[in-house]
Amino acid sequence: MDIQSRKRELFKEFAPRLETTSKVSKIYISFLVAIILVGIYAFYLQMSEGQIVTGMRDNVVWGIYEVNFILLVCISYSGAFISGILHFFHTPWKTAIARIVEIITVLSLLIGPIYILLCMGRLDRLHYLFMYPRIQSPITWDIIAIITDIVACFIYLYLTFIPDFAILRDHCEERKIPKWVKKLYKTLAIGYQDTKTQRDRLHKITRIMSTIVIVLAIVAYTVLAWIFSLTLQPGWNSTIFAPYFIVGGLFSGVAFIIVTMFLVRKFYKLEKYIRKMHFKVGGIILLILAMLYGYFTFTEYFSRWFSHKEIDTNLLDTLFTRYFWEFILANYVGILVPIGILFFKKFRTINWVTIASVIALVGIWINRYLIVIPTLETPYVPIQDTRVDYIFYAASWVEIALSFAGAAAFLLMFTLIGKIVPLVPMNYILDGRTPPKKVQKNINKEISE
Amino acid sequence: MKNKQTEEGGTDRRKFLKLGIMTSLTAIAGTSIVNNLAAQEEEGIAKPSGEVMRLLTPDGKIVEVDASNINNYPEAYITPEESRKGIPDRKFVMVIDLAKCKNARKCVEGCQKGHNLDYHQEFMQIKLIQDNPLAEPYWFPKNCMHCDEPPCVKVCPTGATYKREDNIVLVDNERCIGCKFCVTSCPYSARIFNWEHNAKFDDKSQPYSPETNVPGAIGTVTKCDFCPDLLRQGLLPHCAQSCPEGVIYFGDRNEDIVTNGAETVRFSELINKRAGYRHLEHLGTKPNVYYLPAVDKLYELEDGFDVNEEVKERYKNVPYVQELKKQGKI
Ligand code: SF4
Ligand code: SF4
Repeated sequence: MDIQSRKRELFKEFAPRLETTSKVSKIYISFLVAIILVGIYAFYLQMSEGQIVTGMRDNVVWGIYEVNFILLVCISYSGAFISGILHFFHTPWKTAIARIVEIITVLSLLIGPIYILLCMGRLDRLHYLFMYPRIQSPITWDIIAIITDIVACFIYLYLTFIPDFAILRDHCEERKIPKWVKKLYKTLAIGYQDTKTQRDRLHKITRIMSTIVIVLAIVAYTVLAWIFSLTLQPGWNSTIFAPYFIVGGLFSGVAFIIVTMFLVRKFYKLEKYIRKMHFKVGGIILLILAMLYGYFTFTEYFSRWFSHKEIDTNLLDTLFTRYFWEFILANYVGILVPIGILFFKKFRTINWVTIASVIALVGIWINRYLIVIPTLETPYVPIQDTRVDYIFYAASWVEIALSFAGAAAFLLMFTLIGKIVPLVPMNYILDGRTPPKKVQKNINKEISE
Repeated sequence: MKNKQTEEGGTDRRKFLKLGIMTSLTAIAGTSIVNNLAAQEEEGIAKPSGEVMRLLTPDGKIVEVDASNINNYPEAYITPEESRKGIPDRKFVMVIDLAKCKNARKCVEGCQKGHNLDYHQEFMQIKLIQDNPLAEPYWFPKNCMHCDEPPCVKVCPTGATYKREDNIVLVDNERCIGCKFCVTSCPYSARIFNWEHNAKFDDKSQPYSPETNVPGAIGTVTKCDFCPDLLRQGLLPHCAQSCPEGVIYFGDRNEDIVTNGAETVRFSELINKRAGYRHLEHLGTKPNVYYLPAVDKLYELEDGFDVNEEVKERYKNVPYVQELKKQGKI
C-alpha cells in the first residue's frame, strides 16, 4: 500500500465525524451555548453595574477570576512545555496525544487571560497598558510574556496542522463537507504537497519552534509567579514561588491532559489510537510531578510554620481554621491521594489514572484559591470592619457563572475544532512512529521499499 | 475644547504659583496672607462664610481666617499632568501622636467631607492596635504613608500612581485601569477601590485633579492624598485641621517643622525626643508618616468607645475589647 492510499484510508476513517453532527452532540453544543449565554449576561451585569456584583471588595480585591486565570494559564504553559518536549525528543508515543495537547495549549491560553481582564475595573482603558507602559511593573512583564506566548503557540499549532490540512484538502472533494470548510482547508494548507524538501523544512521549523515554546513557557510561568512573590504579602512573598508554580503548573497540566485524553478517547471512539500505554506513561509522569509538587508545597508551608513570623502565623491560623477543609482537600487529598493511586502499578489503568487526575485538578484549583484569597484576608494592618463581605471573600453568582462560561467555551471550541480537523494528527500516524498495530506492517513494508 | 481648558489651566497656574510660593505652608509671613486677603476683599471676591481656618506662620503662630478667603482660588486647578511634579522644594511629612488620640473620628469625617467620600470610604482609618498581650491597645489613625519606596508605585503598569518630589504619592483616576495590583501590594491597606458608580462622581462642578481625588470614578483606585490642594494654599490637610486633640502634625522636612495647628515644633527634635517610629519599618517601604508611641495616654481607652454602634462593632474581635465588654466598661 503506498502512502497515498494510506492517506485516503485515514481520511475515510476520520471523515464521518467531520461530515455529520449527531443529535446528541447538537444538544450538547446548545447546552454549552446556553451556559456561555448566562456568562455573557453576567459579564454584561459586571460591565454595567461595576465590580460590586462580584464578591471582590477592598482587602480581597482579587477573587476566583484570578484563581481561574492562574489555573488556565498554567495548564496552557504546561501544554506548550509538554508538546514542545514531545516534538523535540521525537517521543515515540506522542502520535495520538500531540494534537490534543496542542489544542489544550491554545484554548486555555485564549480563555485564561480573559479572567485577568475580568479583574480589571476599567476594561475600556485596556489600551493604556500600551499607551503608558511602565516596564518596572510585573504586570507589564506578564502581558509581554502572555502575548509572546499566544503568538508562538499559534504559529506552533499551525505548523503541526499544515500536513493534515493538506491531506484534508486532497481528499475532501468526494465528501459532503460544507464548501467553506473545504476552502478553509485549501487556504490553510498553503500549498503543502508533502514533498521531501517540504517535509524536511517543516520538521526543522517545528523543531525550532518547539524549543522556543518550551523556553517561553518557563519564562511565562516565572513571571506569573512573580506577580505574587514580588509583593510584600504574607504567603506570596516567597523565593520558591517561580519553581513552585512551574511544578504545580505542570502537575495541573498533565492531569488536565489525561482527563481530556479520557474524554476524547471515549466520545470520539479513538480507543485504537489513545491506548492504555498513554495513560500508564501519563500516570507515571503525574506521579513524579505530584511528588515534586507535594515537596514544594510542604517546604513552602513548613518554613512559614516553623519560623512563625507573626504575619505568617496569622495566615496559617486562617488556613488551619477557617479554611481547614479546603486546606486538607488541596494539600493532603489533592496530592497524597493521586500519589497513593499512581504509586501502585496495578492502579495505573485508564480509569484509575483518570480518577487520580481529576482529584489532582480539583486539589490544585483549591490550592490556588488558598494562595490568593486567605493572604488578602490577613493583611498587615488588621481588618476592622463591620461589613462581612469586606472581611471575608465569597464568590458571587456572577463570578461563578463566568467561571462556568469559561469552561463551556473551552469545551465548545474543543468540539468545534474536532469538527474541522481530526483530533489525532494523521501526519504523525503516517510518520509511522506508533501506528496502530495492523498498519505497522504496511508501513514497515513501505520503509523497506 | 478640552485642550483649551488645559491651556487656560496652565496660564492660571502660573499666576497661582506666585501666590503659592508666598503662602505655601511654612514660607508664609503672617502679613503676606493678610495682604492677599485684603487684596481679594477689595476686589470683592470673598464673602465671609463664617467657617474659620487655621493657617501657620513661619514663627509658629497660627492665624485664623475665614475659609472663603482661602479656598476660592479659581486658579488652583492642577491638571493631572501638572500634578505629577509636586510642590517645589518641599518634603512633606506627617507625625501622629498616638498618646493623644481618643478615637474622636473627627479626622475621618473631615477627610470624608473634604474628599466627597461616603460613610464607609475612609482614606483615614482608625485601627485599634495591641502590640503585645500585656500592653493596652491604642487608637491608631492610619492613612497612606506616602512611602519613599512605595510598593504600589513599583507595580502600577500604567503609571497611574506615582511618587512626587514633595514626597506625596498620588493616583490619577483618569489613567488608572483598575487592575488593583497596587491594592494588593500596599502593606498598609491604604487603598480603596470604587466598586460601583456613585452619584457624587457625576458632580463635575470641580474639574478632576489627582490633587483632590474629586470627582471619583468607578473602577479606579483612590486613597489619601495629603491634600496637596490645601498645601498649595498654605493650609493643613483636612485630617490635621479637624482633629480637636491636635493629634496630627503636618509639615515639611526640608524646613524641619511640623505643626498641628496649635503648636509648631521641630520635626527632628520631636521624633528624636519622643521616640518617633514608622509603622512596619522592617518592610523597607520608608513611610513619611511617623508615629509617636502611645505612652502616658491622655485618655482612657474606654473613652474611645463613645462613638456610634457601627464603629464600636468594628473592634469587637480585639481580645482586650471583649475583656472590657465583660467587665461592663463599654
Ligand atoms: S502606604 Fe501604601 S498606598 Fe501609600 S505610598 Fe505606601 S504602599 Fe503606596
Ligand atoms: S489599580 Fe490603577 S493605580 Fe493601581 S496599579 Fe492598577 S492602574 Fe495603577
